[in-house]
Amino acid sequence: MDSSLRTWIRSGVPWVWLNAAAVTASIALVAGLLLLIAARGLGHFWPAAVHEIVYQQADGSRLKLAGQLGSREHVLAARLTEAGREIPEGVETVERMLLKTGNRDLIGTDFRWIYEPSMLQVTQPVSMVVLEREEWGAFFGRLVGLRQDGELLESRDVWADFLGLLERTTQLRVQIRDLEKGAIGRVNFRLERLRLDERQLQLDNVTDPARFADIERQRAELESEYRVLERELVALNEAIRRDAVIMQTSDGQEVELPMQSIVDAWMPNAMGGFERVGHYFRKAWSFLTDDPREANTEGGIFPAIFGTILMVLLMTVVVTPFGVVAGVYLKEYAKQGVLTRIIRIAVNNLAGVPSIVYGVFGLGFFVYTLGGSIDQLFFEAALPSPTFGTGGLFWASLTLALLTLPVVIVSTEEGLARIPRSIREGSLALGATQWETLWRTVLPMASPGIMTGLILAVARAAGEVAPLMLVGVVKLAPSLPLDGNFPFLHPERKFMHLGFHIYDVGFQSPNVEAARPLVYATALLLVVVILLLNMAAIHVRNGLREKYRGLET
Amino acid sequence: MRWLIAIGGVAVIWAVVLIFFYLMWVVFPLFLPAQTRLVDGPAVPGWRDSGPVYLAVEEQQEVGLRLSTAGQLSFFDVASGRSLQESQLPVGQGADRGADRGADRGAGLALAAEAVERNGMVAAASTDGEVIVFRHRYETRFAGGVESRIIEPVLEYPYGEAPLLDLAGAAPSALAVSDNATGLLLATASADGRVRVNFARKNENFLSGEVELAPDVREMRVDYPLGGLAVSGNQRWLYVGDLDGRIHRYSLPGLELEQTIEVSAAGISSIGMLLGGISLLVGDNAGVISQLFPVRDENNEYSLVLVRQFDSLDSPIVRILPEERRKGFLVLTAGGEAAIFHSTAGRLIERVSLAALQPAALALAPRADGLLIEGRVIDAEGPRLSRLEIENEHPEISFSSLWRKVWYENYEKPEYVWQSSAATNEFEPKFSLTPLVFGTFKAALYAMLFAIPLALMGAAYTAYFMSPELRKWVKPGIEIMAALPTVILGFLAGLWFAPWVEENLAGLFMLLLCIPPGLLAFSWVWHRYDTRLKDRVPDGWEPLLLLPVLLLCGALALWLAEPVQAVLFGGDLRAWLSETAGISYDQRNALVVGCAMGFAVIPTIFSIAEDAVYGVPRSLSYGSLALGATPWQTLVYVVLPTASPGIFSALMIGLGRAVGETMIVLMATGNTPVMDWNLFEGMRTLAANIAVEMPESEVHSSHYRILFLAALVLFLFTFVVNTGAELIRQRLRVKYSAM
Repeated sequence: MDSSLRTWIRSGVPWVWLNAAAVTASIALVAGLLLLIAARGLGHFWPAAVHEIVYQQADGSRLKLAGQLGSREHVLAARLTEAGREIPEGVETVERMLLKTGNRDLIGTDFRWIYEPSMLQVTQPVSMVVLEREEWGAFFGRLVGLRQDGELLESRDVWADFLGLLERTTQLRVQIRDLEKGAIGRVNFRLERLRLDERQLQLDNVTDPARFADIERQRAELESEYRVLERELVALNEAIRRDAVIMQTSDGQEVELPMQSIVDAWMPNAMGGFERVGHYFRKAWSFLTDDPREANTEGGIFPAIFGTILMVLLMTVVVTPFGVVAGVYLKEYAKQGVLTRIIRIAVNNLAGVPSIVYGVFGLGFFVYTLGGSIDQLFFEAALPSPTFGTGGLFWASLTLALLTLPVVIVSTEEGLARIPRSIREGSLALGATQWETLWRTVLPMASPGIMTGLILAVARAAGEVAPLMLVGVVKLAPSLPLDGNFPFLHPERKFMHLGFHIYDVGFQSPNVEAARPLVYATALLLVVVILLLNMAAIHVRNGLREKYRGLET
Repeated sequence: MRWLIAIGGVAVIWAVVLIFFYLMWVVFPLFLPAQTRLVDGPAVPGWRDSGPVYLAVEEQQEVGLRLSTAGQLSFFDVASGRSLQESQLPVGQGADRGADRGADRGAGLALAAEAVERNGMVAAASTDGEVIVFRHRYETRFAGGVESRIIEPVLEYPYGEAPLLDLAGAAPSALAVSDNATGLLLATASADGRVRVNFARKNENFLSGEVELAPDVREMRVDYPLGGLAVSGNQRWLYVGDLDGRIHRYSLPGLELEQTIEVSAAGISSIGMLLGGISLLVGDNAGVISQLFPVRDENNEYSLVLVRQFDSLDSPIVRILPEERRKGFLVLTAGGEAAIFHSTAGRLIERVSLAALQPAALALAPRADGLLIEGRVIDAEGPRLSRLEIENEHPEISFSSLWRKVWYENYEKPEYVWQSSAATNEFEPKFSLTPLVFGTFKAALYAMLFAIPLALMGAAYTAYFMSPELRKWVKPGIEIMAALPTVILGFLAGLWFAPWVEENLAGLFMLLLCIPPGLLAFSWVWHRYDTRLKDRVPDGWEPLLLLPVLLLCGALALWLAEPVQAVLFGGDLRAWLSETAGISYDQRNALVVGCAMGFAVIPTIFSIAEDAVYGVPRSLSYGSLALGATPWQTLVYVVLPTASPGIFSALMIGLGRAVGETMIVLMATGNTPVMDWNLFEGMRTLAANIAVEMPESEVHSSHYRILFLAALVLFLFTFVVNTGAELIRQRLRVKYSAM
């Protein structure tokens, strides 16, 4: 037994097992990470039950609390006695749970730790209502009544009437937003244009009064248009302020909430299985399509998704020609020698440079130097307020194009390398020039390789945050870079980005605890998108590898 | 067409070159020397009759102020010397005192001193010892457009026109004033050793907003030859210099001698306070300037310490002019030389000889971009006004201020500190890159410690032992690991892993201790016992078999953590660390960063090392096996050495990646620039520092350029590492194809 152990150790097999364990550990870590994000992210939209708890406080008084129970942890009894609580003898650890009490406007905080031994009674009353609001976070309570124009409303089914009023409020809210962002936004945009035109006339020292009069006339038109819209807006605002709902919290307090502030409402304890699933998908959809609220800690992430997609598109437009041309040059045209070695070293360096250096370069060179010059030449009227002299969509796309250039070059090269020489030689033998061979035969065949490169570049750009922090991404962008006002695409505007959104909500939020599920959900979305892109790239690359295996000599 | 493509191809090189040269171009001005240019100005005949007591110039260097020995205060246009506004100071000759108007009192002005706070307050002392305080400020008006700027000077007497202090007829030889929100402090002394101080408290009338002074005049006599006076900015201390080379520190308002310190054997010729009123500058007859400031000792008592001395100018220091907005200063020597210094950088920046101008009065512009000089009267035309244009953008940067320990104001000893900005102008910027570089390497080191074993061992196994079917799944798995954005890794590390580690520190260490022995035990059991199960698991599928074992061992380790912790550490490892071992613990620390960044770096090292090992020709390993070696021995003694250049380049690239990583460090450390190898404390790295501070730095300032310098350092490091790795890999490719 001893000798075989010694031989077993000396043969080195235990080390092989440890090496195998290293692989297992790495894969397990990746899988564990993905599962963690999935578990916490997917749970965000599920309508959790609302509990009502009769709780005994430290001073012996009883309190009725309502809320959603969250994580639990063990606390050492010693720590509690230090804080002043009475702990019976012989108890080493006490379990405590995090209760999301909501009602921040009444209580002051969203969360509260409660100790298990002090929870005297826990129920899930069917009549508990969850309200999702525009401000102050969630509200947990019971529906008491409705008010219209200050008058109490008689109704037989308060809940159904409430839902009806909520529907009306939601429609009005959409109308108000469309009016504000659409029509009034257009008027403001044109007024700003006129101001810049006028300033440009002043800078050009134009004294012709007719030009100024023309601008004044247009301005007067726009202002009268605005007055009409404003009246409409006032009417809508009055209409939306008509209704209010009376809610009662678990500890008996009655509050009147304007319907205007309520975004959604549901009774989680009364929902059946199908309703919950329906609610889940509805919430997931609104997460993807709504705008953020409450300093990004609630609501949806649509502008971040839109900004990321737009930036990635712009980046692709810039990086594809450069990357493909460089890859083609390296593979097809250049003689393998010192020059190609230097170019390959340069490509490797571009790949290895830390992303923050790209951000610094983008900020200094693109934004301040190039952007400042562009402002001086073309946007003098807007100065001292910078147009391109500050971070924006265009500069961010350029910076990321520079960052992902090596990925495209390497993939293009790989794609071209897979195509057997026989095809090129056949085409040349038939009389085509090198350029024609390339353009008509080789490049189309290599396009899956190029596509792999683009997909990997897009995946990289969606997740890269450090350089974007410096060149144009913001916490909250007032408008999208693409809208209905000419020239429709505004590359100087700042935008929101999915990766930066995760950083911002997780670390720069006023209320990190409440925002945490949202961070996980956004992270899940980002990870899913990137994984899908990478798997698509791998699939395309594998297909390419198989396709030409037979042709290889 | 060919040329177009060639240009596109070569453009990649140009991109790298452009980045490098742009970074250099932004960093370069940090190391440029200061430039000065002497510009002649007009002669002012109106000043012929009385010499200057005080000269000042405003921010745009268009309007200046001259106070003459006759008590005449004139605002003048700097370019032409033309007088803009004249008034008579109500002290000395021709003082307007009502009944005494017109009586020739025969007194003129002797001295003037600016308030330590540089807020426009000036104290002027007459030859018979009366001191009054006035304020000069400048209002800017624009009639239309920037070109039509008009600067209007305003003269005020915020505390009245009556003298606030007097020496009872003795001639003053020194004057100092401090004016802050709570009090006005005036100190004057005569040559025979009499020192008088008015420590006036301000009372603001709530209703009318007027400020009233409650005077508190004290006097003392000193028995040494009095050289100069200075008051500290916090109005706690009075510094008196004696001509024998000592500084005496007195407390205020009690005027008790607290300390005497020997500063210079050559004898003190001039003293002044630096911006902020903390540092005392002492110039001696040998041309050496010394800087002293109060340092707190263990008993919480302050004492003046000589902190640094500057290069000698070989001629007695006649005048010290501190800059209004930076911690630099300009001195004038008896030989007529003007020299610019910076205190934090501890260096002499530029010397210029003004001897030809015979300077009688100097005024340093608020932005320290110009020096106004009034020369002595030589002819009937009157004294000449000259200007020295100064371009001194980045005086605080020197090799020692960037890389060595610096003794900053209010610190007890020289330290490495990075603290780039604060709320006020009086702040001393602390730009030491050492804590940042240290932090970068600390983070990279711990990350590599975590990543190298996992990555190299995994790569060796995947390339050499693993079955091809499993390898087809594992390689994309590692690629997915590489594709995970670092934002996600960072936020998980900061929001989930760091709190978990803090709660389960013992559990984490148990995992490290229990899992390898557990795995080895399982592999021994597997080896010893022949079961049918073994036949069903083919060679090369060990990782899959180990997965349940790994999870089981992990769960066991975490379950054992509680009892082990109770036995060894009294129940709480974390508390034991802080209380018994004295090791401080931050929630977001190097351990968390090491794991998170290690996770990010593993795929980089893994793929390159795996390619290297996979590329070793099979013939080599077949030969070794044929000679009787075991597969493990073949791997270690034949394959790995052959692939070692590739593995080395993998490590280099991994290191480059670890050094440049930003988001994980930003989110998983506390971002505090501390220099400590402690595993349980945070750090700040170069990359995270750039990300945090760049959006808030003033464009083209020293701070901005230093951040670019940090980016340049990162760029150069990764350039060297990547180029080296690529050259090694290219050579390896050639070597393999030859085999």
